[in-house]
Amino acid sequence: MSYGIKDFKLVSESRYTPGKVVRGYNMRTLHLDVSSRKATEKPVSETMKQKFVGGKGFGLKLLWDGTKPSTRWDSPENEIVIAMGPICGNTNYPGSGKSLVVSLSPMTGIPIDSNVGGYFGPYLKFSGFDALELQGKAPSETIVFIDGNEGVIRFYEAPTDLPRDTHLLAEVLTHAFAASDDPSDLQAVSVVSAGRGAEHSPMGLLNFSLYDKRRAGIRVKQAGRGGIGTVFRDKKLLALVCRYRGVEQDSNGAADPAAVQRIGLKLHREIVVNDDKQCKMRKQGTAHLMEVMNDYDLLPTKNHKYGQDPRGPEIASWVWEKLLSQNLPDGCWFGCTMACAHAVDKFELETGPYKGHKVCVDGPEYETAAGVGSNLYIYDPHGILEINFYCDTYGIDTISFGTTVGFLMECWEHGILTKERTDGIDLSWGNWKGACQILHDLAEGKRFGVLAGRGVKFLSEHFVKEYGADPQFMRDIALHGKGLEQSEYISKESLAQQGGYYLTNKGPQHDEAWLIFMDMVNNRIPTFENKAEALHYFPMFRTWFGLQGLCKLPWNDVEPADNAKWKEPNKVPEHVANYRELYTAITGEPLDWDGLIVQSERVYNFQRAFNIRQGRGHRAEDYPPYRAMGPVLEDEYEARAERYDKQMKEKIGVDPAGLSVKEKIRITREYRMKQYDSLVDAVYKRRGWTPDGCPTPEHLKAIGMDLPEVLEVVEARIAGKI
Amino acid sequence: MIKYLKTVDEKCVGCMTCTAVCSKLYFKEDNPAKAAIQVQDLGAGKFHLVVCDQECRKCVAECPVQAISVAKNGAVMIDKKVCVGCLACVAVCPTGAMRYYPGLKHPFKCIACGQCAKQCPKGALELAEKEESPASRAWADAIAKVREE
Repeated sequence: MSYGIKDFKLVSESRYTPGKVVRGYNMRTLHLDVSSRKATEKPVSETMKQKFVGGKGFGLKLLWDGTKPSTRWDSPENEIVIAMGPICGNTNYPGSGKSLVVSLSPMTGIPIDSNVGGYFGPYLKFSGFDALELQGKAPSETIVFIDGNEGVIRFYEAPTDLPRDTHLLAEVLTHAFAASDDPSDLQAVSVVSAGRGAEHSPMGLLNFSLYDKRRAGIRVKQAGRGGIGTVFRDKKLLALVCRYRGVEQDSNGAADPAAVQRIGLKLHREIVVNDDKQCKMRKQGTAHLMEVMNDYDLLPTKNHKYGQDPRGPEIASWVWEKLLSQNLPDGCWFGCTMACAHAVDKFELETGPYKGHKVCVDGPEYETAAGVGSNLYIYDPHGILEINFYCDTYGIDTISFGTTVGFLMECWEHGILTKERTDGIDLSWGNWKGACQILHDLAEGKRFGVLAGRGVKFLSEHFVKEYGADPQFMRDIALHGKGLEQSEYISKESLAQQGGYYLTNKGPQHDEAWLIFMDMVNNRIPTFENKAEALHYFPMFRTWFGLQGLCKLPWNDVEPADNAKWKEPNKVPEHVANYRELYTAITGEPLDWDGLIVQSERVYNFQRAFNIRQGRGHRAEDYPPYRAMGPVLEDEYEARAERYDKQMKEKIGVDPAGLSVKEKIRITREYRMKQYDSLVDAVYKRRGWTPDGCPTPEHLKAIGMDLPEVLEVVEARIAGKI
Repeated sequence: MIKYLKTVDEKCVGCMTCTAVCSKLYFKEDNPAKAAIQVQDLGAGKFHLVVCDQECRKCVAECPVQAISVAKNGAVMIDKKVCVGCLACVAVCPTGAMRYYPGLKHPFKCIACGQCAKQCPKGALELAEKEESPASRAWADAIAKVREE
């Protein structure tokens, strides 16, 4: 199937002056009204730059301005904002190609942010814009084309026979919009697309493509979380295409290009020397974590009931290393020598509409291998890869899907679901073909597939209403916070990680804080105050990556050989120093460690205030389901009885001898709930929030986020008006 | 066959003729930091010459945009029109033969042109040829495995 630009009906065109990035910024953004198919440039003010920095900060600011407290995910005024950040696009420092995508989420109703690789963001930036806003709803299926070299924006009506699944659509559009079939011209095109699944489920994602010269085909990276792909398809956007040729070492307009080279080369060398001895990202990607998590009882198994299984080694890192193609520079942006974006090539599909096709599977990432693997008791790598592929091409988030199917399989085990209720799909643990069938039915819009695609919050309430399931049990095992499914680590034995997941702005995603080893394994943060400090520092620090257009992985998935000798090795101080220097080399602005945290703190508190503006952001929403905190079921307790009994004796001060398992579960639960309560108190206090989780006006003033519209929101919440 | 610059450390006297020839030819200035060949002073009148052996081709395998390729004569070349200046090639080079100069957009390396060999007064340099080896083909084998037939 091949198309040229001529095959698409041009419906509007506007021209602009191509940009030149100066010190990491264009100082303008692009607003696209999808309804009227109009493009408008917006200037970036100095205040916006100072308060919001870029990336996620710009995204949230534009989304706040473009929406109202009454805006819902499918309101025309809801936006998708893709924003890059000042460091994004430099080719020297590994992990510098990230785009941050924000929108009001169909899963949570509040702002979601998702961090994604691929070439689109950097190309958009070099085309002249620090962010792209998409607002409105198109009257018909639409493709937006931005030609960054020519300075042209075109809206096209898409032919009805275009494929909608990403692996086909992005390939077709890459060739259609490339200046020629020369590999460098093909590499100059990046496509953003979703898939048919995103049309029927709130967990739809966006795929950002990168053309791989070696494979002579497209690869995709995902803005996975929170259903932004669903918003995209609701706007009748079929694809965004950006074309930019001419990326160079100084495309980002750094204040000191030689310093950017020096800092980048230092990390390149560190990765080349240390990676093979440390995380093996260059060979295994994030899948290197599989056996580590299984060994420490942290690998989600059967809907997070357990953290370990003797079958764990069947999907360990060495298994993936053999399946993933080796000796290729699989970075998702130029110059990332960490190169974790691996793929399984020539993979033959066994199910669905592409059965028999040989495809390139992007991944699996750790989250996918855990979420749709061990969590579903699937230990067949082929099954995991097949689900991985179809999730991507249909535009479905593997994390939400994995956590949802885990929930469904547990419901099946308990007889809440039967073949009559699943349209004949067998959801026994380990049945990967059943999981795939859900995906295919979802893509086709069939009943049970669509129902399953609603996610665990909806399903857990639905099963109570429709099938008389026990409400407490449903609440306990539906792993979500604020409507977003939890990502794939067992948090039961780490109070700090429960906070890391659920004391978050967007819902339980591990990108804010991953404290399990610090807390549970190494016991470095024993007191509530220690945990609260960690739950202040790490979310703030990690937010900074999203402001800059950076990837988190090169921060601590490779470390300097002498990292352990430093006072706080968990912070990887030398790499923090790299980031500060890199920021200064690009923007020309000095930045100390505290200043870095304050940049994040402003945006973090702004996001919290945004939740509050939407009528949300109360304390009650920051609590985990009990499966994330402790053993729900008797066999779950008994499987780790020695651990729980010991804790009861030593920590709770109750002798478990002679108590029934039911009694012991109740006592453990009461204790853990109280512990979590105390944690929330300590964390809110450290973050400068009220006991209901609202930033205080004094704190906002202290950090410089006392914009009138933000103060108005928090004052109204404190006064009980919203 | 691979064309490459063969070095004989024992003959080198550290006169720096080679670096001058190279940097003048490609950068129009006499600057050892801009020469594709490096003369390392080991002390006691001994020197070590560092230059690309054209054989390991780790840079060819690493380049994210395939700006580094193998020419017909077997030498490894950088296409400046395609290069994005990331310096990954500099990091993976096992001998330090892939070079960069602070602030210049592109890395640079020896392309076995032989001009330095012609002017070396001690015969420490000569253009030579060698057979391809499994290592020299590794970058191409990795691509062949993932390409559709």
